[in-house]
Amino acid sequence: MNIKDQVISIIADQAFLTPSDVSMSSTLDSLGIDSMGIVESIFAIEETFDVSVPFNANQPDATGFDISSVASIVAGVERLRAEQA
Amino acid sequence: MKRVVITGAGTVNPLGLNVPDTLAAMRNGVCGIGPLAFRDVERLSIQIGGQVHGFDGESQHNRQKIALYDRFTQFTLAAASEAIIQSGLVFEGELAAKSGVVLGTAGGGVSTWDDNYRAVYAEGKNRVHPFVVPRLMNNAAASHVSMEHRLKGPSFTVSTACASSNHAMAQAFSMIRSGMAPVMVTGGSESMLCFGGVKAWEGLRVMSRDACRPFSANRNGMVQGEGAGIFVFEDYDHACARGAEILCEVSGFAMTSDASDIVMPSKAGAARAIKGALQDARINPDEVGYINAHGTGTMANDKTECAAVADVFGTHADRLMISSTKSMHGHLIGGTGAVELLACIMALRDGVIAPTIGYEEPDPDCALDVVPNIARDSRVTVALSNAFAFGGMNAVLALRAI
Repeated sequence: MNIKDQVISIIADQAFLTPSDVSMSSTLDSLGIDSMGIVESIFAIEETFDVSVPFNANQPDATGFDISSVASIVAGVERLRAEQA
Repeated sequence: MKRVVITGAGTVNPLGLNVPDTLAAMRNGVCGIGPLAFRDVERLSIQIGGQVHGFDGESQHNRQKIALYDRFTQFTLAAASEAIIQSGLVFEGELAAKSGVVLGTAGGGVSTWDDNYRAVYAEGKNRVHPFVVPRLMNNAAASHVSMEHRLKGPSFTVSTACASSNHAMAQAFSMIRSGMAPVMVTGGSESMLCFGGVKAWEGLRVMSRDACRPFSANRNGMVQGEGAGIFVFEDYDHACARGAEILCEVSGFAMTSDASDIVMPSKAGAARAIKGALQDARINPDEVGYINAHGTGTMANDKTECAAVADVFGTHADRLMISSTKSMHGHLIGGTGAVELLACIMALRDGVIAPTIGYEEPDPDCALDVVPNIARDSRVTVALSNAFAFGGMNAVLALRAI
């Protein structure tokens, strides 16, 4: 699985949906993922990709990791992986 | 119903190793938060906290005793001695038989767990010290206070996360008010500043990496602290009969449960606790001059707490002062309400309101008088102390000047 499919799978799992119900333009809110669900999704991303995601639940928009849509999360993970390589 | 007063106070916390030093630091807006220093701190993403420095628990007790005292117990014993000495009480005979200890802690002997898990898991040892269990148990601190001061009445430990101390003090208050006990030693302590204790909190993603700035628009989370606050609660008539110095009256309390979310606070639950404390203490809302806020510095708590205060007090919310001393000493988790009660006592006795330091930007969601950055001289006759825990368990105490 590529990064995109893995991220979609993590988010779908958190939202109790099948991956086909999650599109790149979906927002976490539209998928019914609340603040604790976001923290859990980020933990799953860190564990899956062995990266550290700079995320603070108090400032979700200010920590350099854009969680505004599935596409932005995929892009963020790709960037973190690239930085790691 | 008996009236209940406080006749002794003691503390160990990041601002001071006793009450006078702590109150002086609060008056001066001192920040007790700094870089953490302990084993493996470099593996943490959060490396600041309100650590107690200069406290030498080891030298205060003999080797046999220190083997039984986790750091949270050491803090407790030092604070309890200060409080009981100030009260002038000596527990003997009938008084000793009826007086007890109710303390709060969320984690108990966290560093004892941490050290011994490290030994058996990381270092592969197959043997631990024989006193691991009596050191780490949540009631260890309360037990050692009862043993050291011969308190033979009802003693136990309350654990409701960040509201533990307030729940404990509410219990002690009830026991005196009902006539069950003439004197109770109460408060709480916490010592979670070790690798495992901070690592667990990191996971929640609610911790600040730089400072605790309650109510400030640019706040970015909570900062852990450690320490203890211990008080002597006493039947008013008992205190008067022996000519004791009274620090203030404890006039009421309320406890509520949000029954909604395990971590997100609820405005309704907080408001019901505040309102309930006023009713229990027969206090009119407009008598309240100061509230020591729960004020953790997270987005969610501070916004919800201010909304709850606005709901309960209406237009008076704009006239009262509300500050969070966690900006100075950090969040002492199960011990926090006890150390924060000191700020209420300072307001009632000395007419000095402790500030919320680190305040940088007004937040329209926290548009109350948060006593930003500088302490204020102001006469107040009634103060409240809020504690709202994870798990949605809230406890608010009401105090009155005497």
